[in-house]
Amino acid sequence: MDQSISFTLNGKPLTVATDPSRPLLEVLREDLDLTGTKYGCGESQCGACTVLVDGVAVRSCVRTVGSVTGKKITTIEGLSADGKLHPVQEAFLAEKAYQCGFCIPGMIMGLVGALQQKPVPGDAELLSGMHGHICRCCGYPNLVKAIRRAAAQARK
Amino acid sequence: MSKPETKCWRNDAYAKVTGKAKFTDDLKFVNALHAAPAYSDFVHARILSIDTSAAEKVSGVIRVLTAKDVPGVNRFGQIIRDYRIFADDKIRYHGDVVAVIVAETREIAISAAQLVKVNAEPLPAVLDPEAAMLPDAPLVHENHGSNIVNTHVVRRGNVDNGFKQADFVIEEMFRTQTIEHAYMETEAAICVTRSTDGVIEVYGSMQHPFSTRRFVAACLGVALSEIEVIGTPMGGGFGGKDDTAAIVCARTALAAKLLGRPVKMVYRRDWSMRESYKRHPYRVAYKMGVTKAGRITAVQCRIVADGGAYCSVTPWVTWRSTVQCCGPYVVENVHCDTFGVYTNNVVAGAMRGFGSPQMNFVIEQVVEMAAVKVGISGIEFRRRNMVRQGSVTITGQKLDGHKVAMEQVLDAVLKEIDYEKKLGWCSHGKTSTTPQGLGVRQPSAAVEREPAFESGGGPPQSKTLSRELEQDELYGMGVAMSYRGVSLGAEGVDFCSAIINAQADGSIFLETGIHENGQGSESAMLLICAEELGVDLNRIRYRRSSTSSIPDSGTTVASRGTIMGGGAVTLAARELKKKIAEAFCEKLHCAADEVRFKDNFIWGKATRMECGDMSPLSSTRHVASFQSADMSTHSKISFAEAMRQMWAMQKFPFALGVFRAPRVSWDEHTGQGDAYFTWVYGCQAVELTVNKRTGKVRLLNAVAAHDVGRAVNPEMVRGQIYGGMAMSAGYALHEEVKAPGGKMTTLNLNTYRLPRSMDLPEMKVIIVENPDPVSPTGAKSIGEPANEILAPAIANAIFNATGVRHFSLPIKLGAMPEATACEEGCK
Repeated sequence: MDQSISFTLNGKPLTVATDPSRPLLEVLREDLDLTGTKYGCGESQCGACTVLVDGVAVRSCVRTVGSVTGKKITTIEGLSADGKLHPVQEAFLAEKAYQCGFCIPGMIMGLVGALQQKPVPGDAELLSGMHGHICRCCGYPNLVKAIRRAAAQARK
Repeated sequence: MSKPETKCWRNDAYAKVTGKAKFTDDLKFVNALHAAPAYSDFVHARILSIDTSAAEKVSGVIRVLTAKDVPGVNRFGQIIRDYRIFADDKIRYHGDVVAVIVAETREIAISAAQLVKVNAEPLPAVLDPEAAMLPDAPLVHENHGSNIVNTHVVRRGNVDNGFKQADFVIEEMFRTQTIEHAYMETEAAICVTRSTDGVIEVYGSMQHPFSTRRFVAACLGVALSEIEVIGTPMGGGFGGKDDTAAIVCARTALAAKLLGRPVKMVYRRDWSMRESYKRHPYRVAYKMGVTKAGRITAVQCRIVADGGAYCSVTPWVTWRSTVQCCGPYVVENVHCDTFGVYTNNVVAGAMRGFGSPQMNFVIEQVVEMAAVKVGISGIEFRRRNMVRQGSVTITGQKLDGHKVAMEQVLDAVLKEIDYEKKLGWCSHGKTSTTPQGLGVRQPSAAVEREPAFESGGGPPQSKTLSRELEQDELYGMGVAMSYRGVSLGAEGVDFCSAIINAQADGSIFLETGIHENGQGSESAMLLICAEELGVDLNRIRYRRSSTSSIPDSGTTVASRGTIMGGGAVTLAARELKKKIAEAFCEKLHCAADEVRFKDNFIWGKATRMECGDMSPLSSTRHVASFQSADMSTHSKISFAEAMRQMWAMQKFPFALGVFRAPRVSWDEHTGQGDAYFTWVYGCQAVELTVNKRTGKVRLLNAVAAHDVGRAVNPEMVRGQIYGGMAMSAGYALHEEVKAPGGKMTTLNLNTYRLPRSMDLPEMKVIIVENPDPVSPTGAKSIGEPANEILAPAIANAIFNATGVRHFSLPIKLGAMPEATACEEGCK
């Protein structure tokens, strides 16, 4: 049964009419054409679908669209402002931290969320927080460098 | 000119960090339908009927497709046409697709798929490859006459004599497991009938657009020209997006053709894991004879590869295993029998390494076991037997056309990891559990795991990490090395094309027959083109090719992208330069072969190039003359101006480059021949700890050295090696697909344990460059070489920690028995 669901998406208020039990990921990708957020596993295992809900990184594949009523959602498309990349995106570019890049939007959003929640994280805490993001190209050394670079930037 | 790595990292970098890169599922077409596959719960059964009526009645379902709807050929395969696009006569494994539901939405298609009923007579399933080879085994493919897909042999010297000369014989049975590619992007296709001419456009996640086109065209019963497969950014492949990817495209294209609307099919993770082909599980019986002097006298081995329900590329995978069955060692007497076998297990096919990770897990442990018998170190044993310049391989190929860098990469790794010292630290064979030179961390200090990676990207600062053991930990270090035949070798047709099309303003289009799988091939091709033409990178745009725009250049697998595609780019650039030189040599006052290309100019003479010191004396004829510091006169024309003038001269600055692999040969009866046109050499080492109470393995540090010929894009080379090592660590310790009774139970990433950031050690990569004379760019390969030796290095390190050998993958460690007896002696 469709319902009207209102939330803020990348800074703009929005109302969608849809079944509230649908995954947020599906609504973002299919209904709202925000395809930067990726499907990897559908079971909250890989992190490819990560978006921010009220500044907290969540797995949009297991979050229903009904559960985000009234909340602020940020996707990878909403991260850069005025054509300027977010510092976390810059860090990933600077450290050449991707190969196929499929996991990267989720990973960037996960890191942005982590740094918003705790701008001055401990190193081990930061890395264990990112442990849930899978990169099958396994470019982890560069990813970890990017994570540390972004964290260092945030600490400034 | 600045170094390529600072100039160009990836042409798709910005798109990838902003989410703008459009992968297959990100493409949208108006009025598209959605498709989903239907499976049965059988493992092996004769199909009596498929009842799609209930699924067809679901509101929103447009059509249910089965084998009956295929107008062309329902069977496909690169070697044997046994792979069904839709199961027709039998179900041969749990991932066989019986029908595809096409509906207005994906949700409807998925729910209707569950209503497809298969009425079938169950048949005994053959799940053990050894049992499958017995004469009375149930046949997976009756018309094949046997479950043996293929055999390969190596017959060299006389193994009986070889074993007579041996003082010691090592004999062991090894097993490897089934593993999943687990590319982050699942299989996906979207197919659209072009309204103007009826050509079906196929967008999909695949490594081999040309074989996809072949199978789609065959399935639909149309000419190759009726199908256009368009390269699309891909979220990883690792060898896994060849056959299954083509089938997904064929089913989707069939729906698009029959229904006249765009159709999209995107795989759910569980479908992908259930249906897609895997890395072959192997059983290897291996016997090696060695003398007291540490020389290998003979190797006898029997390799059985479980190919699952369909042939896929099993004959090619097992061929590489056969050619490389003795690793990088010179052995005069070899008897190898290899069998690829049909079973009712999940299909096995290409995966990064392609038959080498399994064999290296065997060989690189056997040489260490042999060294223990002889009483020398594993490294010394390797040195006494390894291939060197001019060595003859076990298939009779003389290694003399390139630099044989086996010892060079070995030495590089030993030096970096400080082998002699670390060997002394290994716990096995020590009376004390605390090896000399190692501190033991107090339990309180060991609560939080220290980060394995250090910031700044330099050498790890936490060298202390390697030296500090936690309570109950044993320390081990292990090494493994390999050589690897480059590209396809004698298993296939191997040539590749590239097109350079310069425009009248001096901008350039480049395209190649190599596919961007996510590995950065486009960027490598751009770098090669810019260097060869002597122009800036930003002048060149990579034009993503389609099967209609460029000749069939084969598949982007076998670590052949850079050597074959890059070779074609170089040859195309040289062809283009020849055309330009002939057009301008007169104006440049020199012969055509004296014309040079550098710094965005075309030069009359190649002596001095300090452009900063030069001022044009004349620009009226658009050809400048100038005097350099030594007062000699040069002529030059800018690349852009030259292109404008060529247009005016009615000459196209356009070139097709074709790189054909040099000659290879193979005698299937003797297993002798020049198997590959060149080889690469790699060595990796790892330090780890094993907790003797829990069996937990902690990877501390890994070092790799690979001869890549020439590193075109060094940061990408490092990335490939990091990734290869990490995947190999997963292969060694965690990854395994389980299918009790042939029914896949490992269906998502919660049960399939992939390497994650904190599982991995510090990694140090050493790039060794010996430009290869047969490669136009000098570059060779890295994708697979990086992924084939860390598992045996880990096995060797675990032995050096615990004194226990592991002959099966993944390595499963429980609690160690107290006071492990030191039977073999460490190292």
